[in-house]
Amino acid sequence: MQSEKIIEMEGICKSFPGVKALSNVDFALRKGEIHALMGENGAGKSTLIKVITGVYEKDAGRIVIDEKPIHFKSPQEAQNSGIGTVYQEITLCPNLTVAENMFIGRGRNAFVQWKEMNAKAAKLLSSLGIPASPTQELSSCSLAVQQMIAIARAVDMDCKVLILDEPTSSLDEDEVKKLFELMRELKARGVGIIFITHFIDQVYEISDRITVLRNGELIGEYAVSELPQIELIAKMMGKTLDDVTKIRKHEPVTSKASIPVFESKALSSAAGVRPFNFTIQKGEVNGFAGLLGSGRSESARAIFAADKVTGGEVKIKGKRVKIKTPLHAMKQGIGYLPEDRKGDGIIDELSVRDNIILALQVMKGFFKPFSRKQAECFSDEFIKSLKIKTPSVNTPISSLSGGNQQKVILARWLLTNPGYLILDEPTRGIDVGTKVEIQKLVIKLAEGGMSLTFISSEIDEMLRTCSRLIVMKDREIVGELAGMNVTEHDVMHAIAQGGER
Amino acid sequence: MINMQRLKQQISHLILPLSVLVILLVINLIKGPEYFSITMTNGAFYGPIPLLLDHASELVILTIGMALVTAASRGQDISIGVGATITSAVFVLFVLNAGEASLLTIVAGFLISCVAGLVIGAFNGTLVSVFKVQPMIATLILLMGGRSIAFLIDGKLSPLLDNPISKQIGTSITISDQIGTEIFNVPISTPIILTAVFIAITALVLKTTNLRLYVESVGINPSAARLNGISPKKIIFLTFLIMGVCTAVAGFIAVNKAARHDSSNLLKFIMMDAILAVAIGGNSLSGGKFSLTGAIIGAYTIEMLSQTLLRLDVGTETLRAFKAVFIIILMVVASPVVRDYAGKILQFARQILQKVRTRGGGGAEGGTGAPDDTDVAGPDIPVKKEE
Repeated sequence: MQSEKIIEMEGICKSFPGVKALSNVDFALRKGEIHALMGENGAGKSTLIKVITGVYEKDAGRIVIDEKPIHFKSPQEAQNSGIGTVYQEITLCPNLTVAENMFIGRGRNAFVQWKEMNAKAAKLLSSLGIPASPTQELSSCSLAVQQMIAIARAVDMDCKVLILDEPTSSLDEDEVKKLFELMRELKARGVGIIFITHFIDQVYEISDRITVLRNGELIGEYAVSELPQIELIAKMMGKTLDDVTKIRKHEPVTSKASIPVFESKALSSAAGVRPFNFTIQKGEVNGFAGLLGSGRSESARAIFAADKVTGGEVKIKGKRVKIKTPLHAMKQGIGYLPEDRKGDGIIDELSVRDNIILALQVMKGFFKPFSRKQAECFSDEFIKSLKIKTPSVNTPISSLSGGNQQKVILARWLLTNPGYLILDEPTRGIDVGTKVEIQKLVIKLAEGGMSLTFISSEIDEMLRTCSRLIVMKDREIVGELAGMNVTEHDVMHAIAQGGER
Repeated sequence: MINMQRLKQQISHLILPLSVLVILLVINLIKGPEYFSITMTNGAFYGPIPLLLDHASELVILTIGMALVTAASRGQDISIGVGATITSAVFVLFVLNAGEASLLTIVAGFLISCVAGLVIGAFNGTLVSVFKVQPMIATLILLMGGRSIAFLIDGKLSPLLDNPISKQIGTSITISDQIGTEIFNVPISTPIILTAVFIAITALVLKTTNLRLYVESVGINPSAARLNGISPKKIIFLTFLIMGVCTAVAGFIAVNKAARHDSSNLLKFIMMDAILAVAIGGNSLSGGKFSLTGAIIGAYTIEMLSQTLLRLDVGTETLRAFKAVFIIILMVVASPVVRDYAGKILQFARQILQKVRTRGGGGAEGGTGAPDDTDVAGPDIPVKKEE
């Protein structure tokens, strides 16, 4: 392998108002290398990519490309210098032809030479082994082929660096294989590839090197052969240094004889989670552990029917029920605090009051609105008990801080007094103090007889609150850990070994 | 204090339509105070303002439906005029075939036209909620073909509504005349009464159901609404059904006013006025929170604008151009860009005033005159003073 460096970055810093997205990060990409950039959500992977491609301007640091210091002002400039980027979402036009998609916006002439363009496209496609014809409409190609065409578009014009941001997330196994062949072909030509993915196995299948980021900081650069999966996972998760008062975890619920509050058999959803079995007892706190994209959120959404349920059987307290919509789930006493607070949780222009009463109001019915007084009474109660900081109940929820917004959503579900509450990343993006408050609340609710499922990307948080962890990997349950003495190491081990059965 | 705050919140989005209304009233006052005179003619109130309320009836009713559709579906229904033409064609067909024109016939005809309105609403609503067609495109279909359907229903003859009825009753006053103008011995014109009843029913529905919460939730964040058990599809469909009833009521009033069914011109451009009324009422055309009070005031404002321009001797043929100019000015003044700018200027002025005050010590006189409410846009301050 050649060790000639194409990109060399030193001491890159980038902050956004209130957040330090990157601090003092170094990164190097060599010729003919596939370099995986790893890290959990918010680690700074995307920011780093955007600094390279000129979407963001760096605050400090140095970028050297081909031994020349470089300062891109726009993605177009980066593109012209031979850095191609393919994003997760396919950003091509489905109703244009393959060739048009590959060359559109590239020509310097006002007029398009159709014949020439198609011939050039055909040549490039065949040289990369992409099974598509230039005159075919893009929408008639499979997702994988579309992805490859996006890559072909990026590598045209003697590309030196190719950045692939989550290219495999919407592909099936065969399609991933085809994509990897293309990546190896490009690698053989000396193209340096930066590969971002959440699928650990894929990293080990194709990458040469791994750079790990966490919370905007560089953890290190490693050769793949020298970094076992378990160490990679440990490095990605890190040890969170919460100065948390030790939360007392309660005994695992062992009364297997009692009827579970919720039980599913071979439940699957349209979001692509493999059919899974799941039970939760009264007063139990369990959790789905796994990396991002492992299917932990998808499982929770399947239970609540937030995604279309495609199969399986569900029992509530031993009775078979059909849960087809979120409303069915709510009526069965299930609450769900979604992972994406902004997109799925808050109704941002509405007041704190309306946001709190929403779920209970919907359960009560369209023709039975709460009186204003009653609604305010409910809201005041939870604003007090959860210590929600808001000027008044009439304040729009969008003007509260993230942590307080999350508490409002929590209040919304607590108001419905659910028997089973699913919390998907309830502590993401909120300050440490609120995190601890929410963890304590979870324990308290469980002691009061509520069953909870707690999902978090911070393992130690789950260890503190959950008495049973269901380990997930690649959208499948791969193990289960229970008991008082489960450690972070055990969890990482379970994740790492899960796929190698 | 909290109540004051709530009041201020509720009033703030009404500032735009109210200030326009005030400007128009002032212009009319300057033109001649006879604008505000109300006389009794033939046992009914008569004058520019009763006339305004009468003329605006259909627009107000359609604006209510438009505001709801806009809030939930983030788009507009442009087929309302055509819809009203179809429902009123159904009404006319029923009344003319019924022979005897009793109160029962009229009510039955009206109810049947409401069913027709519901069918139209269901058609548009299905396209928008189930097939996810953009509301404007979905309703464009009916806008194109609807008047032909009305022609087919009414027999292409633009039938007069009063003739057969008056013969049977044997007097010169027909029931349809009464609905179009005044019922005997009632001093207020029937369209005004019907509008008032309609507004009251709407208010009652908002009070006794969760329509507002559901519609706003769906309009602001459909995916969050879904996860809280609200079906965005059903709610969007429901708003189109409500719109269907609104078109039936508006069609009923319009055809009775005209006393004949003109399939090609009935309520022809009313969707533009209705959309404008919604916007002037401080509602976002991309859905979410809505204010029916604002929309209703907006509707009366637009009608008053036409009336004012006519009073200022603007010819009917040039009226639309003047109206357009006025609305451009209005929209620019109300746009966030200008608001931002006005806010900055106010802030700057305040800073300078403060500097002057601290330097001059006793120069507090200028300070008291500084406006406290930054959210009041520039042009309506002098207006309020004139008032």
